[in-house]
Amino acid sequence: MTMWTRVIALIIKEFLAILRDRKARITLIGPPIVQLIIFGYAATFDLKEVPYAVYDEDSSLASREFLARFEGANAFRKVAVLQKEDEIRQLIDTQQVLLVLHIPPRFQSRLTREGNAPVQVIIDGRNSNTAMLALNYVNEIAASFTLNMARQKGLRGPAAQLVVRAWYNPNLESQWFIVPGIVGLLTMVVTLMVTALSIAREREAGTFDQLLVTPMNPFELLVGKTVPGLVIGLFEGSIIVLLTVFWFGVPLRGSVPALYIGLLFFSLSIIGVGLMISSIAATQQQGLLGAFLFMVPAVTLSGFATPIANMPEIVQKFTLFNPFRYFLVVVRKVFLEGAGMELLLTEYLCMAAIGVVTLFTAALMFRRRMY
Amino acid sequence: MSPALRRICALVRKEFLQVIRDPSSIAIAIVQPLFLLFIFGYGISLDATHVPVACVVDATGLNAREFIGGLYQSQYFSPRIYGSMAEAEQAMIKGDAMATIWIRSDFERQAMTGNGKIEVIVNGVDANTARLVQGYLIGHWGQWLLKQGAAMGLELKPRIWFNAEVRSRNYLLPGIIAVIMTLTGTLLTAMVVAREWERGTMEALLSTPVTISEVIVGKVIPYFLLGMAGMGLSVLTARWLFQVPLVGSHWLLLAVSCLYMLAALAMGLFISSFSKNQFIAGQLAIITTYLPAFMLSGFIFDIHSMPTVIQWLTHIIPARYFVTILQTLFLAGDVHGLVIKNAVYMAGLAAFFLLLVARNSRKRLD
Repeated sequence: MTMWTRVIALIIKEFLAILRDRKARITLIGPPIVQLIIFGYAATFDLKEVPYAVYDEDSSLASREFLARFEGANAFRKVAVLQKEDEIRQLIDTQQVLLVLHIPPRFQSRLTREGNAPVQVIIDGRNSNTAMLALNYVNEIAASFTLNMARQKGLRGPAAQLVVRAWYNPNLESQWFIVPGIVGLLTMVVTLMVTALSIAREREAGTFDQLLVTPMNPFELLVGKTVPGLVIGLFEGSIIVLLTVFWFGVPLRGSVPALYIGLLFFSLSIIGVGLMISSIAATQQQGLLGAFLFMVPAVTLSGFATPIANMPEIVQKFTLFNPFRYFLVVVRKVFLEGAGMELLLTEYLCMAAIGVVTLFTAALMFRRRMY
Repeated sequence: MSPALRRICALVRKEFLQVIRDPSSIAIAIVQPLFLLFIFGYGISLDATHVPVACVVDATGLNAREFIGGLYQSQYFSPRIYGSMAEAEQAMIKGDAMATIWIRSDFERQAMTGNGKIEVIVNGVDANTARLVQGYLIGHWGQWLLKQGAAMGLELKPRIWFNAEVRSRNYLLPGIIAVIMTLTGTLLTAMVVAREWERGTMEALLSTPVTISEVIVGKVIPYFLLGMAGMGLSVLTARWLFQVPLVGSHWLLLAVSCLYMLAALAMGLFISSFSKNQFIAGQLAIITTYLPAFMLSGFIFDIHSMPTVIQWLTHIIPARYFVTILQTLFLAGDVHGLVIKNAVYMAGLAAFFLLLVARNSRKRLD
């Protein structure tokens, strides 16, 4: 038998081992799809229907006009109109409203005569991100109200306006940020599961010893164990790419080959990690534990949900060893920024380097484990 | 001592001995929460500071310079001047700048008539950070206008309650504790019971006079204590290492944590009642309790913003109530109405799972 016949035989055997079991087939397809749907819809930082209350002590034409602007906004939903100041505390404490707009008396006259009418905005800061975003919306509404007032009266208004445009994601939808990342996340989960358990399973069943007494050398073994993970990873990744584009409607602006080169290197680096875990683990359970221990930091320290730039310096350095970090750059640049290969060379190179190191280490560990 | 009580005591003692001899339970209860707390505590943050901003100033006047100069004073921005828009755009494409501020050469003249424009382009890929940056810039612009002596017309006076420094870690860490305790509690019982089945010791146990409810009580007591030790450590770490304020009462915190630990242990027992294999039990615990606690509890993604169907779904997730309680106790204090309401839901779910466990696990060998 030549080397390649042996390798192909091993690959076929691996596929059979993975796909023969009905339960295993289901866990490869079912949970990822469910996760995609839940992640895709639940993971959002956008504000919708923020509950708010109004405490208007002026009830003048101007105050009503100002408040009407909130009622028309999608981001807000009015749930209460207050009569007393002490009601504010109770509503915010019990989270019935996120913010209260408090218009003090003499709002209209101060607005028209003195030109500085204060409006108090009380915000529940328990979730500081939501609080900041809501405050931004209020700011925008207030600015446009002021401008409109000035125009109506033929006044000069503020000297300069701020005109903000967003590149790549004009409506600033979180979904466009999160969903392409899920392509990487689920490819990682599936590939890691397939590979982290592959050698451990053989070891539990005692068939790994049998493999070692065949004429296969560690390199052939490595290729045989890598290819099934790669095929499954690319297959699963492709399904999610299709769903991202056609179900979630996220634009795919860049080149598909650039995406696939990234996916290939990323899968290889994850397979390397998976096989390393697998060759250390004595049982499938240890393999699972190892996969979990790798996955949690890999997801958290990747920029998947929160930016790497917000982490402490040292932790940021640590993320340089994380292949998922590079792949997230690739998917987001290709999907949204329309990047081609030339902008992604650094990311390719880093993932390839991690892949080579981990695969090589895994192969070394097969051999060490023979004794 | 009644025979039932004596048997339970014996079971608890046996369980404690097992915990001491096989440290894997200690790893789940103590090491894992600390590990996750470190990773999440340092890794998850929504506070964008020192955002790299490219500035292109074609105007020569004082006003424009003042606007840009102010950016250097702010902790939110780290501005850099570029000679032309083309260079700035290159920096944006390469990812060296998150936003570009452009002030054109006719700025001063236009500003005289109230038509001045400060143009901002943000990279919208990371929508949340983009919104925050936009908000910071609006704030900066307002300050600048005030300095110009402009009559603002309407003056917003924001007051952010409970988290005046607007530090995201303050609300994320209590949520993280809830997520971690979900995983710890469920894994503890799910794995331990599955292990007894795998090793065949459950059969041995069942051939003795103990009843199934005694077995359950005997499991819950030691792992409850172990889980609470992990919880206590996590709270201490959040309080002293991550400097999260704890405004509410410690006793109330202890009481609701006990309740939640019971719910989590019950979920674990429920999982183990239909999977007698540690491997599958572990996977089920992660998929059915940990992931929902992470995604659907409101600890990072606001529940209000989710589609209605998913909002309904969050009601059957115990972590949702615990996250609300913890965020309130840590940051807002003892809001009794809110805490009790959520605690009642939590207790209801705990009772529901315990009932399911009692129904599902009879003394039988299948």
